[in-house]
Amino acid sequence: MSETSTLHRILDYSARADPYPLYAELRKTPVALQEDGSYVISTYREITDILHNPHLSSDVRNLSRPTPAAERRDTPSFINIDPPEHDRLRRLAMRHFGPPCTPGLVTGMQPQLTEIVSSLIDDFANTQLVDIVDDFAYPFPVTVICHLLGVPRDDEPRFHQWVNAIIDSLDYDPKTDPPEKLNLGAQATDDLHQYLGGLLEPRHDRPGDDLLSRLANDDGPDGRMTDEEIISTANLLLIAGHETTVNLITNGMLTLLRHPHVLQRLRDEPDLIVRLVEELLRYEPPVHIVPWRAAYSDITIADTVIPKGSQIMLMLASGSRDPDRFDDPDRFDPDRQDNQHLGFGSGIHLCFGGPLARLETQIALSELVRRLDRPRLVTDPPPYRPSPVLRGPIHLHIEQS
Amino acid sequence: MSSAHTLQGFKRDGRIAIVGASLAGLRAAEALRGEGFTGSLTMIGDELGEPYDRPPLSKQVLTGWVPTDGTKLPRRRDIDAQWLLGVPASGLDLATNHVHLADGNEVAFDRVLISTGVRARPWPVEAEASLDGVFVVRTRGDADGLQQALAAGPSRVLIIGAGFTGSEIASICRERDISVTVAELGPAPLVGALGAMIGDVAADMQRAHGVDLRCGVKVTQLEGDAQGRLCRAHFSDGSTVDADVAVVALGGIRNTDWLQDSGLAVGVWGIACDSGCRAFDLNGLVTDDVFVAGDVARCPHPVYEYRFISLEHWANAVEQADIAAHNMVNAQADRWPHLAIPAFWSIQFGVNIKSVGVPTFADEVVVTQGSVPDHRFVAAYGYQGRVTAAVSFNNAKWLDHYRKLIETAAPFPPPCPTPDQPVDAKPVPVDFPGPVLLSQGATVVVTGHDPSERHVTAVRTHR
Repeated sequence: MSETSTLHRILDYSARADPYPLYAELRKTPVALQEDGSYVISTYREITDILHNPHLSSDVRNLSRPTPAAERRDTPSFINIDPPEHDRLRRLAMRHFGPPCTPGLVTGMQPQLTEIVSSLIDDFANTQLVDIVDDFAYPFPVTVICHLLGVPRDDEPRFHQWVNAIIDSLDYDPKTDPPEKLNLGAQATDDLHQYLGGLLEPRHDRPGDDLLSRLANDDGPDGRMTDEEIISTANLLLIAGHETTVNLITNGMLTLLRHPHVLQRLRDEPDLIVRLVEELLRYEPPVHIVPWRAAYSDITIADTVIPKGSQIMLMLASGSRDPDRFDDPDRFDPDRQDNQHLGFGSGIHLCFGGPLARLETQIALSELVRRLDRPRLVTDPPPYRPSPVLRGPIHLHIEQS
Repeated sequence: MSSAHTLQGFKRDGRIAIVGASLAGLRAAEALRGEGFTGSLTMIGDELGEPYDRPPLSKQVLTGWVPTDGTKLPRRRDIDAQWLLGVPASGLDLATNHVHLADGNEVAFDRVLISTGVRARPWPVEAEASLDGVFVVRTRGDADGLQQALAAGPSRVLIIGAGFTGSEIASICRERDISVTVAELGPAPLVGALGAMIGDVAADMQRAHGVDLRCGVKVTQLEGDAQGRLCRAHFSDGSTVDADVAVVALGGIRNTDWLQDSGLAVGVWGIACDSGCRAFDLNGLVTDDVFVAGDVARCPHPVYEYRFISLEHWANAVEQADIAAHNMVNAQADRWPHLAIPAFWSIQFGVNIKSVGVPTFADEVVVTQGSVPDHRFVAAYGYQGRVTAAVSFNNAKWLDHYRKLIETAAPFPPPCPTPDQPVDAKPVPVDFPGPVLLSQGATVVVTGHDPSERHVTAVRTHR
């Protein structure tokens, strides 16, 4: 079985429910050259090494053969660019989200997060059949990110479709996928940009608390983002806030239901939640793959020279299950020590919203476990979303007494 | 303690004394319990109170943000120790395995860990050092006193010595909008640790933030008024500065005085030990029952030609404590070497400075990423064509890559371009001034090969 086919089998929908045995197969070749000239990296040390390697680029312009799904806009968001521009944009965004300029924001959201969670659970507390995704894990982070950005919650049905189309196009494969998949993604990207531009426009010279207003009226030492930069940043945060935490919460509930003794422990020891969420980020992370990076110059890793311009795919979820780094990696163990997982990536592109995702998931799982009455999985495995990159159930039906 | 049987007995009910109850001592004690040591553990420390963290004392404590009693070190496990605090050790008798304390008491041990660290080098003229307003910063009490003096709104603060501690305190003064003069005998701040190129950047940063930086001068006299309060300082160039607070930041003195008659390889750079933290005696023979960790240890490093290196780094204290503890309760075959690549950080004038490797073990330096004028960059240090260290200004997330280059003796200068390519990427001589030209002590010192060497130069260049 060649490595190429291992990767293709991972990307194939049939592997969605349990890609982990295929990751183990992939790890036999830590840095694997594919038929199309790209490289797949699947072991922990090689992934962390390359994520700290200054010769790795996130800018599509450094690929010798640009990927079809790559962002085509003139102003990419900071996830898709390199220093120094990346550092400037991320710093400008972080000024309004975390330390050192806004240290208390995420912690200060705790009461509000708990309130949203409680009210969502109230709605299904007396229902026997619950879909954890539609009834809870999706609406919760979406409400939070909308509030944070200043996007009207009522517009959700509109941008939900765009975001879905964009996510679908992320893993576009010209060999197997119809071109519409890519075109729909491109159209949705344009629509979402236009929509966010419309929200930004009236915020100029009107200071407010939401992120769009703050970015539009910023006067920090680095100056202000251009409108295009603000839209790109808001676009990134909206998609990331939309499509990742939902999977983390859902994967969390699924994992707890598959490990009833841990679920019971969480009921008895609520403080367990902090380490439990870290283990979840290792064991069932919401982001499985960094679909592409580029070798800015030749990169030597694990005795392999990756030539300049090559496309590199990073299998984060595989790295977090690497037995050379984690003892008994396929065991879900909330007591695990030294748990430096790759759930939020590593290096300069380490997840921007990680602190918020952590808190959201901690509150969500704690409250679900506290309030659901003897929950049981209806189907195991549940049906999954199409994406191998942002992987998670599309529905998680549970029954309660 | 050669047989497995004896070792098991020692782990079960042996006696371990740890002299020096700060970061290294506490972490070693925790690691010993983690290794399954259930015998008696005695912690001896000259300071009263629980072990605390020192890096905040020149940073968050001085801004007034963190109170001094908010710096207690977190406890990772219960160490079930007998604490003898407030009395320094005064001697070590290896014939009978006793630690002597200054109050006349003594502590018997089977194995001992020495982690007595460093104390601040005081102002050399005692009458001037005792003027009101003259400070050193090493202990919690020191930082408390200086914080109060800064809060009182002094007209000007004089910092003597522009190493890391002095530069960080100068930064805090500017943050609190206090006028500050920095006097440095060398040609630039941080130059003893990081060389001339970075020294120039540090000098720019200080001046851009309104520091009155004076390099190449020596403070010759601290003058007091009739009430015994500091009022003026005199410089070697004939000038004077009126100041009501002076911070003496002239580096540290290793706390080894109490070991002068111990027969151990003790010198100004600390106690020589092997990479497993076992102390050497004066003859350069390794001892079995005496271990060393933290600022007071001087340890050979294979990456740096097995030269002995003394480090005053937080991470080194932690890593070395773990190694020492492991080796204290394991047989020779299971011993670990302390091979971590040194690393440290500083924050000053809004810039995070971080380093891996030993910058003083270098002959050339090159900017590899970023922009020096913008104070965001990485510089790599090379010694005879291989990478030996790197320093970052607001670019710390790349340093793991450079650590790897150091560990693998990668060629210097690193060949390939990066997206954030500096304008000028040509190596320049690293240019460290001799130790005589520094007013502050270096925090990393390469001290040569001889384990009992008493008189060494800070940096030896072998060509």
